[in-house]
Amino acid sequence: MKKNKLILFAFFLIFLSGCSSASGIWGWYVIDPSTKTGLTNIKFLIGGFTSTIQLSIVAAFLSIVLGLIVALPGISNNKFFRILSRIYVEFVRAIPLLPMLFWVFYGLPVIFKSLGLNINIDAFWGAVLTLAISDSAFTAEIYRSGIQSISRGQKEAAQTIGLNYFQTMRYVILPQALRRILPPLANQFIYIVKMSAFASVIGMQELTRRANEIVVTEYRPLEVYTLLIFEYLVLVLVISFAVRWLERKMGSNESLNN
Amino acid sequence: MIYANHAIEIKNLIKWFDDFNVLNNVNLIVNHGEIVVICGPSGSGKSTLVRCINRLETHDGGNVKVIGETLTNDPKSFAKISSDVGMVFQQFNLFPHLTVLDNLTLGPVHALGLDQKSAEVRAYNLLERVKIPEQAKKMPHALSGGQQQRVAIARSLCMQPKIMLFDEPTSALDPEMISEVLDVITDLATDGITMVVVTHEMGFAHKVANRMIFMDEGRIVEEGKPSMFFKNPKTDRCKTFLNQILKH
Repeated sequence: MKKNKLILFAFFLIFLSGCSSASGIWGWYVIDPSTKTGLTNIKFLIGGFTSTIQLSIVAAFLSIVLGLIVALPGISNNKFFRILSRIYVEFVRAIPLLPMLFWVFYGLPVIFKSLGLNINIDAFWGAVLTLAISDSAFTAEIYRSGIQSISRGQKEAAQTIGLNYFQTMRYVILPQALRRILPPLANQFIYIVKMSAFASVIGMQELTRRANEIVVTEYRPLEVYTLLIFEYLVLVLVISFAVRWLERKMGSNESLNN
Repeated sequence: MIYANHAIEIKNLIKWFDDFNVLNNVNLIVNHGEIVVICGPSGSGKSTLVRCINRLETHDGGNVKVIGETLTNDPKSFAKISSDVGMVFQQFNLFPHLTVLDNLTLGPVHALGLDQKSAEVRAYNLLERVKIPEQAKKMPHALSGGQQQRVAIARSLCMQPKIMLFDEPTSALDPEMISEVLDVITDLATDGITMVVVTHEMGFAHKVANRMIFMDEGRIVEEGKPSMFFKNPKTDRCKTFLNQILKH
């Protein structure tokens, strides 16, 4: 423990020394807010937060809705519905994010055009669609395991007081399942935030894209990408704290015996 | 409306669990207002029989009619009468994320379309009846087993069912809590509601039952009035069973 701390401290010192010396491997002047260019650069980089956050929130919301729509047939008594859900999950889960992004952004408009539809997919919606669909396969599996973890007696009790399928889901099963799946859902949200970096390749002005652009003009990849990493760290930590708070509020950390 | 005379009419009921014949040609007619107690060794099919009455289990052969409605694989066949058949489970199955009061009002509000206020009035009346109105705002896990089961009974009664099914309602309870639950059920019995009770509480059965049924290996082996049933069981199997559970 003590040794670890010492090593950490040593690294920290090297890091600091890099900061102060202009002749070393570090050249923090590129993002030094006390200089004019540095301030412009840093404003430009931090400006990427808006897009990354918007993109992540919209994609995560769609994924949570889509995931439920995929999960419910997957646990129905109808074999046909179960197979449909299974195919979706297996297929979507198998597509790597980047090829899917290319397909949606460059390929889908071609399909729309051939159908005579005049639908334009800009970088934002291309990225949102890709992230949401890609993530929904995982969200669906999380829902499935959460719902299946609720004891059968709950569904039966709901049935015996006359609730139909949707009422049973809405008032009995999902509220209990949600508090159990909140931690893995939060994981997925963090995953979306990180994967949103791929949107940079189709030209969306989010954190990573902006970092790339500064690197190209300033030739200081180490400093800019270091800052980029910390930008994501801040985002993810904020999500983590928010989720912890939500978990406490919903009582995910309590075990309810049923 | 010939069948309206009977609350439950079961003919040649057959049910398989894979290759296990859990119900083998069961015939049972329960009249309105009648209280039938079913007993028998574990695995004899008594729970399954009761669960076939409210469609928690589907059957593989025969015919089940409940309040004149024939139950088929079409979910609608039971939907019509689902609020007429209440059920109390061995494991209570209260909704752990809802307060006692919300457990009781959920069905009336969403299945019967009552407004929240009248549903709550109804709920409080029934909590009064099962003698725990002071627990209304608590969560189920804060209650004792006996109290939870009484809440479960009140929850069923909130739907104002014509038939109440009890599937071993006291088997999961600590001994000192059994009587508080049985007292509530006994009180219900005086109400004229049709009841089918699976239980091993023979003293209780003797007191409330209009008819005793003994099941073994998926069949009804013996049935009769409690006085006859307990004094002079006709079959050896029933005799042995009663001896075993009445021994101590």
